[in-house]
Amino acid sequence: MELFNLTIHETIELINKKEVSYKDVVENYLNRIDKVEDKVGSILKIMGEQSLKSACALDEKGVKAEGLMGIPYGLKDNISTDGVETTCASKMLANYIPPYNATVVEKLQKSGSIIIAKTNMDEFAMGSSTENSRFKKTHNPWNLDKVPGGSSGGSAASVAAGEVAFSLGSDTGGSIRQPASFCGVVGLKPTYGMVSRYGLIAFASSLDQIGPLTKDVKDCAIVLNAISGHDEKDSTSVKTQTKDYTSNLSKEIKGIKIGVPKEYFQEGLNEEVKKSVEDAIDYYKEMGAEIIPTSLPYTEYALSAYYIISSAEASSNLARYDGIRYGYQAENFDNLIDLYRKTRSEGFGEEVKRRIMLGTYALSSGYYDAYYKKALQVRTLIKEDFDKVFKTCDIILSPTCPTTAFGLGEKSNDPLAMYLSDIYTVPVNISGIPAISIPCGFDKNNLPIGLQLIGRPFEEEVLLKVGYSFEQGTDYHKKRASI
Amino acid sequence: MKLSIEDVVYVADLARLEFNDDELKIYCEQLTNILDYAEKLNELDTTNTQPTAHVLPINNVLREDIVLPSLDREKALQNAPSQENGCFKVPKVID
Amino acid sequence: MEYEIVIGLEIHCELDTKSKIFCGCSTKFGSAVNTQTCPVCLGLPGVLPVLNKKVVQYATIAGLAMNCEIAEFSKMDRKNYFYPDSPKAYQVSQFDLPICKEGKVSIQGEGFNKDIGITRIHIEEDAGKLIHDAGHGTLADNNRCGVPLIEIVTEPDMRSAEEARVFAEKVKTTLEYTQVSDCKMQEGSLRFDVNLSIRPKGSSEYGTRTEMKNLNSFRSLERSIHSETKRQIKEIEKGNRIIQETRKWDDDKGISFSLRSKEEAHDYRYFPEPDLVPIVLEDKYIQQLKDSIPELPWVRVQRYMEQWNLTQTDAQTLTATKQMSDFFEKTVEYCDDPKTSSNWIIGELSALLNESDADINDVKFSPQDLGKMIKLINEKTISGSVGKTVIKAMFETGDKPDQIIKEKGLSQMNDEGAIKDIVLKVMADNPQSVEDLKNGKEKAIGFLVGQVMKASKGKANPQSVNQIIKENL
Repeated sequence: MELFNLTIHETIELINKKEVSYKDVVENYLNRIDKVEDKVGSILKIMGEQSLKSACALDEKGVKAEGLMGIPYGLKDNISTDGVETTCASKMLANYIPPYNATVVEKLQKSGSIIIAKTNMDEFAMGSSTENSRFKKTHNPWNLDKVPGGSSGGSAASVAAGEVAFSLGSDTGGSIRQPASFCGVVGLKPTYGMVSRYGLIAFASSLDQIGPLTKDVKDCAIVLNAISGHDEKDSTSVKTQTKDYTSNLSKEIKGIKIGVPKEYFQEGLNEEVKKSVEDAIDYYKEMGAEIIPTSLPYTEYALSAYYIISSAEASSNLARYDGIRYGYQAENFDNLIDLYRKTRSEGFGEEVKRRIMLGTYALSSGYYDAYYKKALQVRTLIKEDFDKVFKTCDIILSPTCPTTAFGLGEKSNDPLAMYLSDIYTVPVNISGIPAISIPCGFDKNNLPIGLQLIGRPFEEEVLLKVGYSFEQGTDYHKKRASI
Repeated sequence: MKLSIEDVVYVADLARLEFNDDELKIYCEQLTNILDYAEKLNELDTTNTQPTAHVLPINNVLREDIVLPSLDREKALQNAPSQENGCFKVPKVID
Repeated sequence: MEYEIVIGLEIHCELDTKSKIFCGCSTKFGSAVNTQTCPVCLGLPGVLPVLNKKVVQYATIAGLAMNCEIAEFSKMDRKNYFYPDSPKAYQVSQFDLPICKEGKVSIQGEGFNKDIGITRIHIEEDAGKLIHDAGHGTLADNNRCGVPLIEIVTEPDMRSAEEARVFAEKVKTTLEYTQVSDCKMQEGSLRFDVNLSIRPKGSSEYGTRTEMKNLNSFRSLERSIHSETKRQIKEIEKGNRIIQETRKWDDDKGISFSLRSKEEAHDYRYFPEPDLVPIVLEDKYIQQLKDSIPELPWVRVQRYMEQWNLTQTDAQTLTATKQMSDFFEKTVEYCDDPKTSSNWIIGELSALLNESDADINDVKFSPQDLGKMIKLINEKTISGSVGKTVIKAMFETGDKPDQIIKEKGLSQMNDEGAIKDIVLKVMADNPQSVEDLKNGKEKAIGFLVGQVMKASKGKANPQSVNQIIKENL
């Protein structure tokens, strides 16, 4: 049986019926990795032996299958794992072994799920194609000549290729949703503060958020149940009520108010993507949703504000990589300053250096007000945009990306063109609100298209419900890439 | 905003990065392009707009003053490229 | 020409918390290198800080004690710089919105009685310790990384080394009294930076200032000010300009040297720390802390003088530290004899502490024990001289005074009959002395009393002995 094609909830059911064992499941995924990883290249480290051991232990104990019990997952390699390399796909951290676990890793451990892979990414999560990984290229399972998106490209591709049952990524400006869209999987960026960032290697602290990549919306809800919640180790983690995100899922969404912002449907948007998203709008209309044309006028400023804010924070967050306490150290240096310069220049890749430079500049004496402070003020305007729309709409609907997956190498020499790929996703991070990308169609080349649903802070259950309804009326989420 | 090579050198120095002349030119050009794009923000009047450093409306997240176990020294130093006498070792600092 | 010195101070003070500012590592001083670190204070990838509640509390108290305005809203910022003592390559500090601002501390001394303005007090984390004397490398010990500090910045209001020292001492006492810091200077808990410039007397413009870093004692504070003043005058009189620079004081050599090499662009790129949320203090909280501030030493001195008739010198000696002063007050509370309590603490107890190189915190007996001993003297159970023996024993063993007196049989004989027996025996054994006394040699009585005291092991009341000898001649 091709267990690797099943969702989490389908797998759990099979285990419960004793049709398969925990070991069967993990073995099945490991075999799949064996078979397709050469082509996909989504994984930086496979944890085969350890994961099989964990599965066998569950079988021996006869543990009841529920939630994520025994489900094998992939973890983006910027999430810290005690005793296991956590590299951020950077030469800088190639041999770095954290002495502690990220909070999400602890939580998943508690849920009984089993880590089987650490997944590839753009170096330090900076990028939209995973081409900035210092270790390997990841290919889109739907078309191996295309990028999987990024920066959580490995996490998205591994789910799409059936190498893992689900994965965790991180989303700073679209890094979960954009690759989810490109790879035809579900990707959720939770509200800022919903999932602990403790152990997530920081790119831009005020924007970063960990979230799930899954085969369908129900799986997404199951993973969110496991990873969300307050963490006293993260000062920006919020005390919210515990919810069961699976309990609210239904096809019925009558009366829900869906805002459609005109700024997300203007030039630059690929026609096929536009068509699919409009079809989705029609679906919701038929289901009795109220479609409200709306406007988010500051959208066009979001990308600029985003690149200033995220790069400024990154320039500070990445200053600690100096070759002294951990990570790469240059081989030859004359003195301390030389050690710093050589280590950092050799250890970081081009895109990372570009952003450090941009961010350092934006914070430097004389430019702070013009760039950084200005960007934070524009952030206020963008956030107020959403606040306004959410007074009349329950959710906002848009494409996740202007295009489907582009070719490997196509945009790697034009940073600005690459940045434009995040144009619909960054406003969400800037405002700290939740958004989900779900598959809503395919273009003529059979590349997946993603639909983005944006919600009010801490109302993930609404997003999941509306996304789930769409899945009930369509079968895009059931399609699997054939590799 | 056209960056000069001197600007780029100054910023590189602050960030402890070094570039050869060709790289400097490329970074100069790329950063100029990105900053030009960012100039867009100046279209907006933000005189009376408060900056948003945090999206969350939360304050005073504080922990109790309680001592918790520290790492074993061995574990603290396990990733250090260079160590001596239980310390991280760096090239001689003169101050 | 006559010059005026203009001095402003920056004082770094380690707060007396149990754990570090952002993590649970201990702040204990003197542990083995790199044994008090964790992923957070080592700045490992992915970690996040959580602010220690006590740090906010102590910083607020320090501000209140120095008459500052407490910020309703303040926030933490990052100060970015590369140095091996800074694991994150930024220090979490406060930039534009410090927790306290605009305070003042009054100082008095010979020829001055003035207020020194406090510009601001802010919270920040300490850096690690670099060990330089290890061959060809420098070693970093991160135990001190993340120990909480406050930085107190003054206005340029001081005009002499004496004023600076008096101010610094007053700040130290204030911080100790409010228990915000232990202020152990030998452990670097209190460190001074001096901003100094000179100008012709009468001028209202400021001269170019230099910053002297890293002064760890009042003595080096004063010495460095004298030295830097001389240097600046010399430079100006040579016709040179003063260069704005950071200088480092070498206490062994008694000179400072320029750190110009390290001067290069100080572009710290401050920005709001995204990993920490703002600090918002309510009036109620501030008022509570205000009410909790103990009586400060200069208020105590006045009270001791007015209420208990102590001399100013004694009152000041007793209030030099809060511990000493508290000890004194508890002693008085028990024995109701401030003058005698003061004498015992300033005299005998201080001497014992000096001899054993200890401080009042190390004393094994309680103030009540000392009070009890004073009562026993006042009740004539023991003599003052026996008291010295008793307090020494208390100091060494921590035993109760009555227990010591009992065990050593030190209580004074007030039983006239018993004393008389001893006196008569001593007189019988020393006929020559008795004879001498009879012949008017008054000195002889001293010898006889001494013999009686010896025979009674010091327990006889000397006045009674005198009396009885005279009666029995």
